Amino acid sequence: MGEISLKLNGELETRDVADNTLLVDFIREHVGLTGTHVGCDTSQCGACVIHLDGVSVKACTILAKQAVGADITTIEGLADGDELHPMQEAFHENHGLQCGFCTPGMVMSAVEMVNKNKDISEDEIREGLEGNICRCTGYHNIVQSVKAGAAKMGGKN
Amino acid sequence: MYSTKYVKPNSTTEALEAIKSLGDGKFLAGGMTLIPTLKQRLASPDGLVDLSGCKLDSIAEEGETLKIGAMARHVSVAESAVVKKVIPALAKLADGIGDRQVRNRGTIGGSVANNDPSACYPSAVLALKATIHTNNRSIAADDFFTGMFETALEDDEIIESISFSKPTKANYVKFPNPASRYAMVGVFVAQFGDEVRVAVTGAGEGGVFRHQEMESVLSSNFSADSLSSVNIDSDGLISDLHASAEYRANLIKEMTKRAVV
Ligand SMILES: Cc1cc2nc3c(=O)[nH]c(=O)nc-3n(C[C@H](O)[C@H](O)[C@H](O)COP(=O)(O)OP(=O)(O)OC[C@H]3O[C@@H](n4cnc5c(N)ncnc54)[C@H](O)[C@@H]3O)c2cc1C
Ligand code: FES
Ligand code: FES
Repeated sequence: MGEISLKLNGELETRDVADNTLLVDFIREHVGLTGTHVGCDTSQCGACVIHLDGVSVKACTILAKQAVGADITTIEGLADGDELHPMQEAFHENHGLQCGFCTPGMVMSAVEMVNKNKDISEDEIREGLEGNICRCTGYHNIVQSVKAGAAKMGGKN
Repeated sequence: MYSTKYVKPNSTTEALEAIKSLGDGKFLAGGMTLIPTLKQRLASPDGLVDLSGCKLDSIAEEGETLKIGAMARHVSVAESAVVKKVIPALAKLADGIGDRQVRNRGTIGGSVANNDPSACYPSAVLALKATIHTNNRSIAADDFFTGMFETALEDDEIIESISFSKPTKANYVKFPNPASRYAMVGVFVAQFGDEVRVAVTGAGEGGVFRHQEMESVLSSNFSADSLSSVNIDSDGLISDLHASAEYRANLIKEMTKRAVV
């Protein structure tokens, strides 16, 4: 056990955690932000993707203690008040989800990929979503959503 | 996950002290293999010694070698200007590992220490005549991989860096498992003047191995056509739900042909 502090969506969060607490459990159980999902125990599905110091990672495969002092953004931290992030809007407008279980991870992966490469191509989007599995949509609308989101974020493709 | 202790030392000296004091401790690098293993309760170490504070992530050209720190993440190797210039095949290999989120965390040292029979890096280490530098010795690639998930490393030994010899030419081609992206078969071909080394991953029951016959054929004639006469024996190759040994034997030849350009 031990006290840890990290920044979560702009707020400093300090909690007592066991050494084996996963970051995703810290976010969901300790802080109570349940937008970050858990869909597997093999680190393959990507439902748990968050940004750690601006980089997308699987929160189910990192210990809370490894994230001490980090700056973390989860799906709840993307919108600006009532105004959705352009990538969230694009998923909404392009029907990029059905049940929505994979969506937080999809959106977080998509935002990182477009932040790194605004003029992203369809092939690059498909490659970039390699670590996110969706059981519902068949990916077509997800890829269209990321494309539209990239355009809203200033991309030319 | 069983309960365990977590420590994050600031140097390899402190990390060695920490692992000794823990009894059955494990080093934690990117955690992309170790944490899933712990979550499935396939291991129950007394403690985890996080190496991310030990400053082992530099990448630099050193004479005739390219030296990569054990904690260099796959994404850093994939995007490194030095790696792309000196051994572009290594950047390509790193860029093809798993998915973006795995590459953002996983490290070269963790991959090499783990020696998964389907991992990509071991083939580069073997083909590029690499040397593995640990806290107390340097081990040649040919002596390092000793079997599936087995290496010459002692329990409390830390890989600090890996030096790759600069090849005249090199390439890595893998047939990825469509679900995990691990190599169903991956072949790393490296040419050093007249010498050619061919290392095969994903296929051997004993883990990564060199294919002497293809090496000698390619040394005298470096062309995909010259491989047509080579017969790949399926004895000793992995048969599992993904592919039979015979299918893997065929993939070895096919991937090698694609790698020879
Ligand atoms: C979904 C998924 C897909 C993947 N796809 C691929 C793929 O296509 N190709 C591929 O090659 N790999 C793949 N991997 C594995 C990935 O590359 C891992 O990052 C790698 O195998 C282990 O590196 P790590 O840094 O995460 O090590 P960890 O998981 O932290 O450690 C692994 C082992 O190595 C030991 N160790 C770590 N660092 C050191 C060191 N410096 N000295 C001594 N011992 C050390 C640890 O104690 C542990 O036993 C995949 C993993 C996942 C989850
Ligand atoms: S929950 Fe599936 S990858 Fe994290
Ligand atoms: S929308 Fe249901 S899993 Fe993707």
